[in-house]
Amino acid sequence: MESVLGRYRNLIVLVAVLFVQVLGLAVQVKRTTDSEPTRLIRVWAVGSVTPLEKTLHWIQTSTSGIWHNYLYLRGVRAENRELKQEIQQMRLEQVRMSQDADQARRLQALLSFKEQFISKTVAAQVIGSSGSEQSRAVYIDKGAREGIKPDMAVITKDGIVGKVLQVFGTNPVEPSTAQILLINDQTSGVGVILDKTRLQGILRGTPSGEVMLEKVMSDETVATGDLVLTSGGDGIFPKGLPVGTVTKVTPGSDLFLNIRVRPAANLNRLEEVLVVTKIDERQAEPEQAGPMRAVDILAERLPTVPPKPDTNSAGATKSPGAPTPTTTPTAIVATPSAAPPGTTKPKSAGADVASNGATASANSAGQKPANVAVPKAVTPAQATTVGTPHSASANSSNIGSVGSRNAVVTKPVSPTSSPSGSVPNSAMPGGAVKAATKPVHSTVTPKPQPAAQDTPQ
Amino acid sequence: MAITYTSGEQVEVYRFSLPATILIPLVAVFLQAWVPLRFPFFKIFDLPLLVVIGFATARRNPLAGLFTGGLIGIFQDALTHQPIGLYGISLTVVGFGASSLGIKIDVENPSARFLLTIFFYVVHEIVYISVVRGLVGSHMRWSWPHEIGSGVANAALGILVYALLDRMKQRI
Repeated sequence: MESVLGRYRNLIVLVAVLFVQVLGLAVQVKRTTDSEPTRLIRVWAVGSVTPLEKTLHWIQTSTSGIWHNYLYLRGVRAENRELKQEIQQMRLEQVRMSQDADQARRLQALLSFKEQFISKTVAAQVIGSSGSEQSRAVYIDKGAREGIKPDMAVITKDGIVGKVLQVFGTNPVEPSTAQILLINDQTSGVGVILDKTRLQGILRGTPSGEVMLEKVMSDETVATGDLVLTSGGDGIFPKGLPVGTVTKVTPGSDLFLNIRVRPAANLNRLEEVLVVTKIDERQAEPEQAGPMRAVDILAERLPTVPPKPDTNSAGATKSPGAPTPTTTPTAIVATPSAAPPGTTKPKSAGADVASNGATASANSAGQKPANVAVPKAVTPAQATTVGTPHSASANSSNIGSVGSRNAVVTKPVSPTSSPSGSVPNSAMPGGAVKAATKPVHSTVTPKPQPAAQDTPQ
Repeated sequence: MAITYTSGEQVEVYRFSLPATILIPLVAVFLQAWVPLRFPFFKIFDLPLLVVIGFATARRNPLAGLFTGGLIGIFQDALTHQPIGLYGISLTVVGFGASSLGIKIDVENPSARFLLTIFFYVVHEIVYISVVRGLVGSHMRWSWPHEIGSGVANAALGILVYALLDRMKQRI
């Protein structure tokens, strides 16, 4: 017996060691929560590796910072110029977005919606990975001491990245760090929605590190290039964050489609991330920033002026769908996109005043006296210039002055004064420029109106 | 091919100093976790596996090999979010196998090391995937071209790693 044990000693030890590990593995697999013994090993491992990673990361970022910020400045001027132009474009886009957001808030308030918004984030640097292709997780340099908790959402400016899986640093001896499970890990799951079709599904990682959208029925239409957003249904990610783009759609073997998604964030080259530490929920309220002018209310309710064929034989160019200039000089109002759709019959402002009763005439009916925010007089020349079809594609420098809601354009537009070229009409607030047929010079303070009144009859 | 059978008397057994025994696996796991963030292609390499093979073939002691493999594997597991023991089991097998084979064949030759690394890389993957599928119940893709390709890449890097380890080993 002893000779057998001696002869096969190595093999017996091997089997024993393997048996112990298999047993430990089986216990962990059966257990749903992470208990102390396992956690202790992880703390030791993370504690031994993280300080090295933090140090090396610091050295790398410092060296890189000195090189890029002080030495290698080639092309910075050109880049600066491009960025300035981009800011101009984005300001215009922001104006349009704020119009849409205001409208959405009003509608949400009417429906008693509660909206979620990210109120607090912690910026963190990615300092290490799990080192395994089967475990797609990274470590960040912020942990429990910075307020990071498990199941917090992790995002970048491009889109979502993952969620906090484990947090270290509760003990002062432990390094303050956190493990982030990336969305392309096969154990990850994110509730998502397709931007165009509003189809909901679940985003999962695959063993090969790809990202697939699951649980979309095969009879639905999903196109390549569709944007995927978070649905908020998982309780981790706030609704509406960019997730990625559909890159391939194939019919699955079951009832569902196989939809491959390219993540918006580059998961292979993560450097800085934001951990969403606080999500607030509040009742949607419409913006009550300031008095609303009657002309604004009117403009919102006016139907779109249909485009007329260009009868001017002077050779002036006219973009399709652009509004027709009026002959009466007046305030030119960039209306929001909330203009009643589908109305093609031209109506006079007076008709709207009569039907809606929310204009200057309403002031005399016991409403608060008008806060006069009458725009400076617009000369006929200015008004005509602005109201011409050309103004629909006005340059950014001029449109840039349209900073407020339904702002009145008071500057003449010169097609040649733009350094950045023309801006598409959609960049304008509401995407259209309307010319009111009659001047309205009084304003009314905003007053909550019933939903039925918002739609012109 | 330069794999030659050697008698027990011809086999030279080496050992590593305590700092090297601790620091080399630590640095290997650290690099495995850190470098892929900057160079994603590095994911195909498995530095801890190469260190286990290097230690095992130099020491030529199956018990030392299996314990070294098991400890490095558990250390590697601890950095993942998966149950601890997946890498532990596979590296235990690799450590035992490499040290057992190290007794029987000449593993000083670069060609022998190259082939040995490919062989043990595939063994490591087979054991790992078997455990993942059988015990954890996760799905893992298996592709022969991918495994062989990764094995060759690891073997090429392994020659450098073993040369580095050769400088640190001490003859008993």
